[in-house]
Amino acid sequence: MDFVVPTVDLGSIAPALLVLATALLVLVGELFTAPGRKGALAVLALLGVAGATAKSFLLWGQSETAFGGMVALDNYGLFFGLIFLIALGMTVLLSVRYLDQMDMDHGEYYVLLLLATFGMMLMASGTDLIVIFLGLEILSLSLYVLAGFARTDLRAQEAALKYFLLGAFSSGFLLYGAALTYAATGTTNLARIVGFLAQAGVAGNPLLWIAVGLLMVGFGFKVATVPFQMWVPDVYQGAPTPVTAFMSVGAKAAGFAGFLRVFLYAFPALSVDWTWLLAALAVLTMTLGNVVAIAQGDIKRMLAYSSIAHAGYLLVAMASNSQAGVSAVLFYLVAYAFTNLGAFAVVVYLARQGQEALELSDYAGLGSRAPLVALAMTTFMVSLAGVPPTAGFVAKFYLFGAAVEAGLVWLAVIGVLNSVISAYYYLRLIVIMYMREPSALLALAESTVGAIFKI
Amino acid sequence: MNQLGFPLLSAIVYLPLAGAAAVLAVDGRNPALVKATAFLFSSLTLLASLPLYLFFQADTAAMQFVEKVPWVESLGINYQMGIDGISLWLVLLTTFLSAIAILSSWSAITTRAKEYYAVMLVLETGMIGVFVATDLFLFYVFWEAMLIPMYLLIGIWGGPSRIYAAVKFFLYTMAGGVLMLVGILALYFINHAVTGVYTFDLLELRKLNLDFWAQLWLFLAFSVAFAIKVPMFPFHTWLPDAHVEAPTAGSVLLAGVLLKMGTYGFVRFSLPLFPAAARELSSIIAALAIIGIVYGALVSLVQEDVKKLVAYSSVSHLGFVMLGLFAFNSQGVQGGILQMINHGLSTGALFLIVGMLYERRHTRMIADFGGLWKAIPLFSMALLVVSLASIGLPGLNGFVGEFLILVGAFRHDWLWAAFGATGVILSAVYMLWMLQRMVFGELKSQQNQGLRDLSAREVLVLAPIIVLIFLIGVYPWPFLKPMEASTQALLAEVKSKGQVLVLDGIQAEGIPMARQDLYR
Repeated sequence: MDFVVPTVDLGSIAPALLVLATALLVLVGELFTAPGRKGALAVLALLGVAGATAKSFLLWGQSETAFGGMVALDNYGLFFGLIFLIALGMTVLLSVRYLDQMDMDHGEYYVLLLLATFGMMLMASGTDLIVIFLGLEILSLSLYVLAGFARTDLRAQEAALKYFLLGAFSSGFLLYGAALTYAATGTTNLARIVGFLAQAGVAGNPLLWIAVGLLMVGFGFKVATVPFQMWVPDVYQGAPTPVTAFMSVGAKAAGFAGFLRVFLYAFPALSVDWTWLLAALAVLTMTLGNVVAIAQGDIKRMLAYSSIAHAGYLLVAMASNSQAGVSAVLFYLVAYAFTNLGAFAVVVYLARQGQEALELSDYAGLGSRAPLVALAMTTFMVSLAGVPPTAGFVAKFYLFGAAVEAGLVWLAVIGVLNSVISAYYYLRLIVIMYMREPSALLALAESTVGAIFKI
Repeated sequence: MNQLGFPLLSAIVYLPLAGAAAVLAVDGRNPALVKATAFLFSSLTLLASLPLYLFFQADTAAMQFVEKVPWVESLGINYQMGIDGISLWLVLLTTFLSAIAILSSWSAITTRAKEYYAVMLVLETGMIGVFVATDLFLFYVFWEAMLIPMYLLIGIWGGPSRIYAAVKFFLYTMAGGVLMLVGILALYFINHAVTGVYTFDLLELRKLNLDFWAQLWLFLAFSVAFAIKVPMFPFHTWLPDAHVEAPTAGSVLLAGVLLKMGTYGFVRFSLPLFPAAARELSSIIAALAIIGIVYGALVSLVQEDVKKLVAYSSVSHLGFVMLGLFAFNSQGVQGGILQMINHGLSTGALFLIVGMLYERRHTRMIADFGGLWKAIPLFSMALLVVSLASIGLPGLNGFVGEFLILVGAFRHDWLWAAFGATGVILSAVYMLWMLQRMVFGELKSQQNQGLRDLSAREVLVLAPIIVLIFLIGVYPWPFLKPMEASTQALLAEVKSKGQVLVLDGIQAEGIPMARQDLYR
């Protein structure tokens, strides 16, 4: 057997490496910063984000594969990388004050965030099931720890354990799917899978269907589609709020990065079989997420179910199985990233020493107590509901446009009706902020920090 | 570019938005300044909209004052505006009623005045935008964006169960709107499949000759949105809640302008885009319109709250408008459009008057009043004139509109006219009965004796409306003339396209097979 040393081309994954290097720097720097001064590490992390962002822009437009075809440098991966970096940067900004308030200002926090981002970037640029799996594991392991970062909080411990158990389980599915793919096609490289299927066809290869099914389950867990969504509300609720924001945007986008790459790129030969399955999952995911979100009294749980619903919308675009669908997913993720991070930013902003504003009733009268923050939150809610003139609307417009173009009019109709359902609970927060009197006392000083949230 | 060489429509659309920014910028502790700024901007908008009438060319059906700038070129989205004889009066009605509504809120709004006036001005931008947009994407953006200010208006400054009403209003309208969105997208892709061009341009899409089933589905998708807004029976249940709970100015704009968006949508989009389906479904729509006329009138009859009475009377009046539009002849359509304006004026004025009374007595129950003529004659006079206009007394505006509609309906099918006419009688019954109980008779209640009559500001609010009510009633020609060419062109379009399709049967024409699954 020949052993070919793969060409090592570090330049093609430079942005991810920059993030990794920053993570290591922060890890070392942690030793030399005194407790209570860990904010300096945040600055370092932000510098890393800035560097990686700049590098991504420099690489924009290039298209090549590296490491023997295991990793691709393309706009797809870079675009996702930018989404992750935005999520990371905003999460770091949100965390400094929050960590201080919640008394968990430890340097590892930033290291773990950076490592998770490294994993995400690997996932988005991987063109081999093994690399995608590696990225996923780096991402997941970091997030398991982050979810339980509030060590003393029982709920955080529950969240971390639950996340870990279910996450490990789903990783198992994914890995088994990759293994069966290897068994069926003799390779884990996406390009070679395409080549194999083009030659051998898909008929008479039942392993392949099982493999695709298992991969779908694995990715389904990560992006939280029904029926693999059970972990989401508890984990989102228990994790520190900035981490929740990071998970709801970054981890979801990473999941979709892998999901899209594998299914649309490697398995178009089987698309007849998986598109209807995705369409069905989309309907279930949207509907369950939205309907259950209505019943939530805790804002983080509400946003958790809302994020499940948004995964459903994204599946609609994926089910269209077209270039327009991929563009729609990418655009939607950007709009969703800003909006959702913004919404969580408001939640973080309203937190005070050792205590957070998590009940919906905590938001009563915010419209008069802190008009700018309330206005920002209103904008985010309107955008999440997809009402013009917001980014959320344009994103939904693209998304349902892709579905209609692919002939999935029925799916688009169910999708838009779901946005009406979702409008109910997004509006409820607006109702509470503007139309109800404050029940609690939280007198908030207006501050310029509010401006940051609007970015 | 257009006859003025100046983007007047954009100026009219965004002037109120600038006003909203200005209102937010001024010192909120000085309420007079806030009010003055808001009124200044709304009157400037009104003034700026007058040239639309002065420079309007009545002899053409083409879009005028056109602005067309590519917006998202890759998707064929244009920033495209224009008005014709159908939208001209609706734009003017909007600028007129907005200024009046703002002036009428002077004393009624005491909490968060600054935000209130800002929201009103944002709403004005949205409303005008709906009437001038001729690109479906732009239209949809305005259509939905306008929901938020109205929602806030009802939800923050409304009556006791305002939150329920606001949410119901929002969800109903949005549900219709999103179905229209899917319809717009489907139309967009069908057009691309036929012509190879991606465009949301209404004028381009009107050239499309769709097969019958495509028309039917798309007509339904669009029309649900419009029917909810009108509101047509059985989609009307949000209306009484929203009208009753909204603050006075909100009710005025809701009845005066927002409901017209539904009927306008039918004339502007459903009829010319899907004429065969419109013709096929015209008897069903007429039947629903007649049910609305009679049902709205009967329900008005039994209301004890005068604001609810006016709210339900809107269901009845808008039924008339729909009946006229779907008669497919020039009398019916022109009558329908004129009646939109009439209803905006008279029902708007009725809500204003009810609001003034409520400010004085903090009740709207008919039973609490009686003999008002003796206490506040000026007020009672205004109520009398406006009510009579709403009934359709000859010499006042309502008569012209209803008469034209009934003539049009009669020409189409005499049964339509016969049923529709019962609505005229019933409206006389509920309005006159209300007048009798509130304005005439003995002045029984002590509290009603000390009421103060209309203030100078309130006269200023009502007088322009009453002048217009008489003007349209006595000399409707200047109002009908600009819409003549446009309605004729519309009818010709509806009829000719319809006939081609009848000959072709229901065969798809020029649409590749692959695309037919879009609407099956």
